[in-house]
Amino acid sequence: MRKQSRFILSVLAFGYAFLYLPLLSVIFYSFNDSRLATVWGGFSTRWYGELFRNEQILDATFLSFRIAATSATLATIFGTMAGLMLVRFGRFRGRTLFSGMITAPLVMPEVITGLSLLLLFVTFQQWFGWPGQRGFSTITIAHTTFSMAYVAVIVRSRLSQMDQSLEEAAMDLGCRPARVVFDITLPLIVPAMVSGWLLAFTLSLDDLVIASFVSGPGSNTLPMYIFSKVKLGVTPDVNALASLFILIVTVTLFTAWFLTNRRARKV
Amino acid sequence: MASLIKKDTLWRHITVLVPYLWLLVFFLLPFGIILKISLAEPVLAQPPFSPTFDETGALSVNTDNFAFLFRDKLYALTYLKSVLMAAAATICCLLLGFPIAYGIARSDPRTRSLLLLLIVLPFWISFLLRVYAWMGLLGNYGVINNFLMWLGITAQPIQILYTDFAIFLGLAYSYLPFMILPLYATLERMDLDLVDAAMDLGASRTTAFWDITWPLARAGVIAGCMLVFIPAMGEYVIPYLLGGPDALLIGRVLFDEFYVNRDWPLASAVAIMLLVLLVVPIVVLQRNQARDEEQAI
Repeated sequence: MRKQSRFILSVLAFGYAFLYLPLLSVIFYSFNDSRLATVWGGFSTRWYGELFRNEQILDATFLSFRIAATSATLATIFGTMAGLMLVRFGRFRGRTLFSGMITAPLVMPEVITGLSLLLLFVTFQQWFGWPGQRGFSTITIAHTTFSMAYVAVIVRSRLSQMDQSLEEAAMDLGCRPARVVFDITLPLIVPAMVSGWLLAFTLSLDDLVIASFVSGPGSNTLPMYIFSKVKLGVTPDVNALASLFILIVTVTLFTAWFLTNRRARKV
Repeated sequence: MASLIKKDTLWRHITVLVPYLWLLVFFLLPFGIILKISLAEPVLAQPPFSPTFDETGALSVNTDNFAFLFRDKLYALTYLKSVLMAAAATICCLLLGFPIAYGIARSDPRTRSLLLLLIVLPFWISFLLRVYAWMGLLGNYGVINNFLMWLGITAQPIQILYTDFAIFLGLAYSYLPFMILPLYATLERMDLDLVDAAMDLGASRTTAFWDITWPLARAGVIAGCMLVFIPAMGEYVIPYLLGGPDALLIGRVLFDEFYVNRDWPLASAVAIMLLVLLVVPIVVLQRNQARDEEQAI
């Protein structure tokens, strides 16, 4: 391995500091006893306690988790189907339109997706009387639509790297195409589907703009609740909430990283 | 046997039709509706826009919303400012992201996976909370101002939060990983011996960079720039939380037009114009990805 130049090393150091200093400062201030979030008033964990006594936060978190789990599951099913048809089904009518529609949500600005979906739901309500109320169902549909694109990308890249000989062998031995998919292709892409599900779950949990557009009065997701609080400035309980988020994500990712690294070294 | 094959084509049709119909209804149709409403007139009703066909059944199309967008200087300035802001953030991400991606691609395998993990990690932490973290840093009595005053560089806090500079910082910070990952993917594939060969043959470090590394990294540079520029153009949360009340970026104007002024047709027209501005970068990105995929095979 050649040595890195001093320039590269210093940019690396600066870059990582840039990425992590804001997060570290939030964690630091979450232990601040003072109600004024930026004045140090001594060490305390009271804001963490207040989080768990705040009904609004608990309700919003519960709603967010329900939406995230439902939309991630739907997105994994549809996204896997989409990935399969793009890689394995060859040419079919409308393929170009489909591949455009499946990649566009990846870059579409959230305000456009949110506004267009809200107008769709309003129009549907005029035509069919559904959805009567906007909330869980409309947010779930919106989240499924944009996160299935991410799942499709992951499944697609896994499928195109995969050796087709197993599937061909099964077909040669007389296996029906549908059986091939369920007995051979799907088990092989399970890891891609799992990471797709996790990504879809996180994206849903993260989304503020689209959810604000398509939700109705009374249904607040966690990001919507946080946004309504931080609009007015820095607050200590949001610091505590953010620190919990950072802690959970860091522990999960490092565990996954450690486990895959250990497995890689054994092989 | 024939019935078995029929069953299989049925199954195949389901696999194609379900995601296809879903996207047609929940992705393509909404754009048609936005277009339709952008051509309506705002009225005091629920929902607040005029029907496409009036009582007599005649088609009523109203292009005033678009005419208004073109006439009113404020909107032209807003679009221009959004483009400039997104472009500045993109350039900053590229200048910072390229050496970082290069450094990661050239480090030894175990450090590399750790460094990559640390780039991906912020992705999984809520976007909103990461933007929020900057509010605590930049505020008048935030970490940075407190530090500057402690050093004695300034006696009064410097106004950073709620300025355009804060929006720029927030954009660059939030979208930096989107730049680094595609750059890393192309730089990691690159053969380093090419650079060595060029330098052995007498090329300077700079020449070797511009003649070898840069052209080979082109696909990654294009992908990274588009992945930062496109979402940054429509950003709503960052200008709202970090910018001042007069920070007029297009995403925020759209949101306010819709919720504060309740002018649905105008908001739809703003969205259509934003989409028109983004068509070119989106097409560039998709072409670039298609070409890159072909080369990788």
